[in-house]
Amino acid sequence: MQFVDEFRDPQAAKRMQLEIEQLAAKVMANRTRKLQIMEFCGGHTHTIFRYGIGQLLPDCIELVHGPGCPVCVLPRGRVDDCIEIAQHDNVIFTTFGDAMRVPGANQSLLDAKASGADIRMVYSPMDALNLAQKNPEKEVVFFALGFETTMPSTAITLLRAQKLGITNFSLFCNHITTVPTIKSILDSPEMQLDGFIAPGHVSMVVGEAPFEFVSQHYHKPLVITGFEPLDILQSLFLLLKQLSENRCEVENQYKRVVTSQGNDAGLSAMSQVYESRPFFEWRGLGSIEHSGVKIRTEFAQFDAEVKFNIGNNNIADPSSCQCGEVLKGAIRPWQCKSFGNQCNPQTPMGALMVSTEGACAAYYNYGDIDQLIALRNVNEVA
Amino acid sequence: MCLGIPGKIVEITSEATAIVDICGVKRTVEITCVINPNSTVESLIGKWVLIHVGFAMSIIDEQEAQSTLDLLNQLGELEEDRTESPTEGGN
Repeated sequence: MQFVDEFRDPQAAKRMQLEIEQLAAKVMANRTRKLQIMEFCGGHTHTIFRYGIGQLLPDCIELVHGPGCPVCVLPRGRVDDCIEIAQHDNVIFTTFGDAMRVPGANQSLLDAKASGADIRMVYSPMDALNLAQKNPEKEVVFFALGFETTMPSTAITLLRAQKLGITNFSLFCNHITTVPTIKSILDSPEMQLDGFIAPGHVSMVVGEAPFEFVSQHYHKPLVITGFEPLDILQSLFLLLKQLSENRCEVENQYKRVVTSQGNDAGLSAMSQVYESRPFFEWRGLGSIEHSGVKIRTEFAQFDAEVKFNIGNNNIADPSSCQCGEVLKGAIRPWQCKSFGNQCNPQTPMGALMVSTEGACAAYYNYGDIDQLIALRNVNEVA
Repeated sequence: MCLGIPGKIVEITSEATAIVDICGVKRTVEITCVINPNSTVESLIGKWVLIHVGFAMSIIDEQEAQSTLDLLNQLGELEEDRTESPTEGGN
């Protein structure tokens, strides 16, 4: 596939690996602590595991997996709200496939579908709008989920519904925003990050400027990065180069897709439709200020939260689930007591095991499970 | 849901939709985010776009893609293959 295969060239990866080793040695000459680089986005986590990038890196570089998987950070209460909406007789509830197996307090959307609720997976929010046009007697609700990457698509769909005069369509808005979350990570006292691999597709929408606070206020280098293995290796190289030269800047490795100003049409639709919420609840991370958006009052007729009178259904994470500690980087996925036992991709307890972009699922699918569990047991005994 | 697929615009079907070719599979996508207000919608035909959840979100800049690859290829002279000893798990 054009623009994909050439960024997976093993020979180029080998050359990058050598460059990274040399630069890392140079950076380490002046320090003792390992270098911690966070990839914020679950898409990057997935690429890193799928291509074994961690194994290509020298020991002095530790990749910290960030919370940037919207499915993974969805709190249980929100899944329950979805099920409550979906159980109305006249409702067709539509969602991206990723969200189907996220556990709520008692059920997932997949369980609720098996119990008779009309829940359908769609590829695009536009598919949900088409369903609404074809089923005028039903209320079609779309589960709007994701960071800034998916916000333009849901906002444009809502504006299209308004333009077409469709009244049986609404969004259940659970969109979350990247910048307040990165800020809360940087403000956390236990964090000792040396640099960021920043989300390429969020940047495609918002541009480069929103990330400048990371270099300007927190003095950390940040590189906007694409999703192929060579993109990630090149981004690590650029981060190390900044560190070796004592620079901290926002750099854009993913110029083939990300422009410095972002996407005007997308940003304009987002600001028309959405406004910031004072707080949004994240699984494992708790409440983060201004980290979510809701639908503006003038579009209340398309807001499922208003139509179905949804309140704040706050339900704590299961006590044996340690997704929160994993999300904060306090423990590695395999150090969680449930990892690989009660919690696995077939029967996930925590959201990090549900989505292929979750750190736990990545360790489970691409790591050596028996060895990881043995390692955890040894550590527990010690 | 956050990953994108490259596709080539082959036909404009309305003021806001086009057909893209993704490895031989054709699909209708929404194109609001890639329309340039200063040129015609038809000028998008033949362009490569990145598609997310049925929306063309960005025109792929072929020159930038090439210069990234050139940069990658310039790095380091071809060195002899080294045998790696992979470590367990990821980090």
